[in-house]
Amino acid sequence: MYDVIIIGAGVSGCAVARELARYKTRVLVLEKEEDVCCGTSKANSGIVHAGYDAKPGTLMAKLNVEGNAMIHKLCRELDFDFAPIGSLVVCLKEEDRPRLQELYDRGIKNGVPGLKIIERDRLLQLEPNIADNAVCALFAETAGVVCPFGLNIALAENAFTNGVEFEFNSEVRDIAFVDGKWQVTTDKEKYETKAVVNAAGVYADKFHNMVCDSIINITPRKGEYMLLDRTCGGYVRHTVFQLPDEMGKGVLVSPTAHGNLLVGPTAEDIEDKEGVNTTPFGLDKIASFSMKAVKNVPFRSVITSFAGLRAHEDGGEFIIGEAPGTDGFFDCAGIESPGLTSAPAIGRYLAEMIRDKYHFAVNQEFNGKRKGIIRPKNLSESELNMLLKDRPDYGEVICRCESITKGEIVDSIIRPLGAKSLDGVKRRTRAGMGRCQSGFCSPKTMEIISEMLGIPLSEVTKSGKGSKIIVGSNKDEI
Amino acid sequence: MDYDIVIIGGGPAGLAAAVSARKAGVEKILILERDNKLGGILNQCIHNGFGLHTFDEELTGPEYAQRFIDQVKELGIEYKLNTMVMEISKNKVVTALNRAHGLFSIKAGAVILAMGCRERSRGALNIPGYRPAGIFSAGTAQRLVNIEGYMPGKRVVILGSGDIGLIMARRMTLEGAKVLAVAELMPYSGGLKRNIVQCLDDFGIPLKLSHTVIDIEGKDRVTGVTIAEVDENRKPIPGTEEHFDCDTLLLSCGLIPENELSSSMGVELHKVTNGPVVNESLETNIPGVFACGNVLHVHDLVDFVSEEAAIAGKNAVRYLAGEGSCMGKDIKIATEGGVRYSVPTTINPGRMTNELTVRFRVGDVYKDKYLSVYFNNERISHKKKRIMTPGEMESVTLKRDELEKVNNLTGITIKIEEE
Ligand SMILES: Cc1cc2nc3c(=O)[nH]c(=O)nc-3n(C[C@H](O)[C@H](O)[C@H](O)COP(=O)(O)OP(=O)(O)OC[C@H]3O[C@@H](n4cnc5c(N)ncnc54)[C@H](O)[C@@H]3O)c2cc1C
Ligand SMILES: Cc1cc2nc3c(=O)[nH]c(=O)nc-3n(C[C@H](O)[C@H](O)[C@H](O)COP(=O)(O)OP(=O)(O)OC[C@H]3O[C@@H](n4cnc5c(N)ncnc54)[C@H](O)[C@@H]3O)c2cc1C
Repeated sequence: MYDVIIIGAGVSGCAVARELARYKTRVLVLEKEEDVCCGTSKANSGIVHAGYDAKPGTLMAKLNVEGNAMIHKLCRELDFDFAPIGSLVVCLKEEDRPRLQELYDRGIKNGVPGLKIIERDRLLQLEPNIADNAVCALFAETAGVVCPFGLNIALAENAFTNGVEFEFNSEVRDIAFVDGKWQVTTDKEKYETKAVVNAAGVYADKFHNMVCDSIINITPRKGEYMLLDRTCGGYVRHTVFQLPDEMGKGVLVSPTAHGNLLVGPTAEDIEDKEGVNTTPFGLDKIASFSMKAVKNVPFRSVITSFAGLRAHEDGGEFIIGEAPGTDGFFDCAGIESPGLTSAPAIGRYLAEMIRDKYHFAVNQEFNGKRKGIIRPKNLSESELNMLLKDRPDYGEVICRCESITKGEIVDSIIRPLGAKSLDGVKRRTRAGMGRCQSGFCSPKTMEIISEMLGIPLSEVTKSGKGSKIIVGSNKDEI
Repeated sequence: MDYDIVIIGGGPAGLAAAVSARKAGVEKILILERDNKLGGILNQCIHNGFGLHTFDEELTGPEYAQRFIDQVKELGIEYKLNTMVMEISKNKVVTALNRAHGLFSIKAGAVILAMGCRERSRGALNIPGYRPAGIFSAGTAQRLVNIEGYMPGKRVVILGSGDIGLIMARRMTLEGAKVLAVAELMPYSGGLKRNIVQCLDDFGIPLKLSHTVIDIEGKDRVTGVTIAEVDENRKPIPGTEEHFDCDTLLLSCGLIPENELSSSMGVELHKVTNGPVVNESLETNIPGVFACGNVLHVHDLVDFVSEEAAIAGKNAVRYLAGEGSCMGKDIKIATEGGVRYSVPTTINPGRMTNELTVRFRVGDVYKDKYLSVYFNNERISHKKKRIMTPGEMESVTLKRDELEKVNNLTGITIKIEEE
């Protein structure tokens, strides 16, 4: 019997799990994919929003501003990559100035610190590549960029080392409240628990509607991106937005936490909750839309494109809390942008709510600190050479584009909740995320995975079941 | 550690440069190679066809490389394997990393860049669709098949008709896969004619020119791809879509010289080749830093790589001896009328050898056109070429005495002319 079962190991589910680990509880996270961070949390803009977008008084506004402040500290506690670079919302027409002012006012109401409206001259100093017709901009100094995988994985690892259990490749099929307990049935197993947290991303409406009469409806809203080589990371220095419209925050141009340049997303409502394919239409749109705010984006240096799905609920607000008429079914639904930013605050908010209902005692042994993977790139020559004395694997470069060593890849596999696939290694180390997109390193990384997990090379996958990379040996079919 | 010449990369270019520099009399030479053996990309090119020009025989890639590796060993040239060069400073301090020595620095008198190239990835091609397993660059597939002995797939579509793709079409077929088609965006192939005949035609594999992949299906592993014909602006033509059930898509859509090290040390790169801009000595804008092989511009025949690299090696030795610095002025080579670039881009007659090969590629297929060379406005050579294609590197040879004959030479032009 569990105290809490969480459906979904995205950033929301893992944030709740880590906060629940602060109490004496037995918590299980069920995830249908083979790893954490396989849903929306792996494909988004990675912006830590300042908090001027959401309507004052909404949960979204409150958790965004709180989450932003938390991430500024959490990045040190949990050792993930975050860069507080600040953001700019650029106004391209004088007549739109009132809309920019509106954003500023909203930000002030939401309690966002460090907001300023800057004029063209200052804007040009900050961003030499800004569009010629830019008039002014809203500057938010607390905004930043985070590695979304880094945040999600750090939360999960820390939850795990503090006792939270994780089951992967476990798809929840059914939930029922029987004799005062919840029965959660996956494709493999049946579990019992006092409380359920529904953090299933785009699928959260399905579980909510299974147990609650007031129906919610989540539409996957696709956002496509192009990612440019690190050589272009400095093309803009802040996250550059255009003025938002009804479909969202528009196409942005931003450095990422690792110094690439990210351009996107589009916004298109679709039906398929797995529809993360990119489209010719989407990719064209990114190119033409981004050019409005930033001049001559160097699209020649695109290294990859991808798409993510926003879990857009009809009400446009986060749905967090006990579902009406249920006893212990907690929603964490409709977590669209700024969901990543808000995640730490969402985790705390929901965990405290659950604690209060069940009177969980404080877990004195909770340790909120976590060390990430050692990055030889960030060490000085003498530090690195010290490390290499015991651990020569850190002297063997596997991914040449990102200079990722064997030591880092091995660590990503053997650490708590370690990687099991090429994509798992990639999200933890960046091996294969560079300009050649794993052309050189994938055979070597496959070998390391095979060796560390003790599986044959032919069983190594890209991203779990059904995604084997090789199909047999030469001449098998002859 | 101090060396006269440090060579970055132990592929055919690095090896040939080392051998020629040693033969020209320099003692302290060091080759740094990231991989666990010398030979570069040739190690995975187990087909034959290498060395026809240099050795007058048809060798496999590893055999060709071995000839040079043997010389490197006989000449006692030092090399370090499993060693990744991380950084080169403007004043030629090379920083490298390996298991045995950790991070270490070497002061070089001259540096020869020979890092080769990488393949253009799916992302760089902007192919829409899902991102499942089963999408490989042709070179990655070549490594899996030829070195590891594993099949990346059973039913294969290949995008791009570069040489690696053509060779992999044949290899995959020989190993038991079914290659359904090779689609090529351009109206001509990017590969050598002989490879189209020997790798596609001989196996009945269709080459679909002016076609591209417009969708990739499959959420875990590729289940199919859709290709379509493209118009003259390379945009897909609606109604021409053709679907293939397949588990694998191989990409052979061009190679990009690996110049991140070069550009971060301040070497100027050429917009067309993505390789360093070099003068007649294959020297970059940083004196004493030379480039050769695929890092300079993408080659199709390794023989020319070796030839070019030997010149770079010799010139590095001349540089160390203090010869060749600043004599007269550099003359620019302009390329026009379908000639896309030239290597080198400038010539200094004072430093030039008696004969100098200028290599270049054309931007389209040209049949029965003339290839001309002008000194100032005077046409000094005019040759009819039966065919020139973007897939095959062309060259002209310039003679020093002819350059010197011209009064006040200010520019050289290479161009294609109708007549
Ligand atoms: C295009 C785009 C841009 C964005 N940009 C930003 C931004 O810049 N800043 C920001 O703060 N936020 C941004 N967001 C929002 C942010 O990415 C999300 O709010 C956040 O990732 C949601 O996390 P989650 O854990 O709720 O959902 P997910 O990450 O989708 O996690 C849900 C998990 O549940 C699992 N699951 C589903 N069904 C089942 C089942 N039956 N059984 C078991 N497991 C199941 C899924 O596999 C998945 O792992 C963006 C979103 C998108 C799409
Ligand atoms: C698939 C394929 C088929 C071919 N077929 C033919 C053919 O049939 N006939 C023919 O004549 N030619 C053929 N070629 C062409 C010929 O093989 C290449 O042009 C030649 O190998 C290029 O030599 P290189 O030394 O410039 O580059 P490479 O062979 O790529 O060598 C570069 C070396 O530098 C190393 N390196 C790179 N960066 C670093 C660093 N930072 N630190 C240390 N080391 C580094 C790399 O590991 C590599 O070993 C073919 C090429 C390919 C790819």
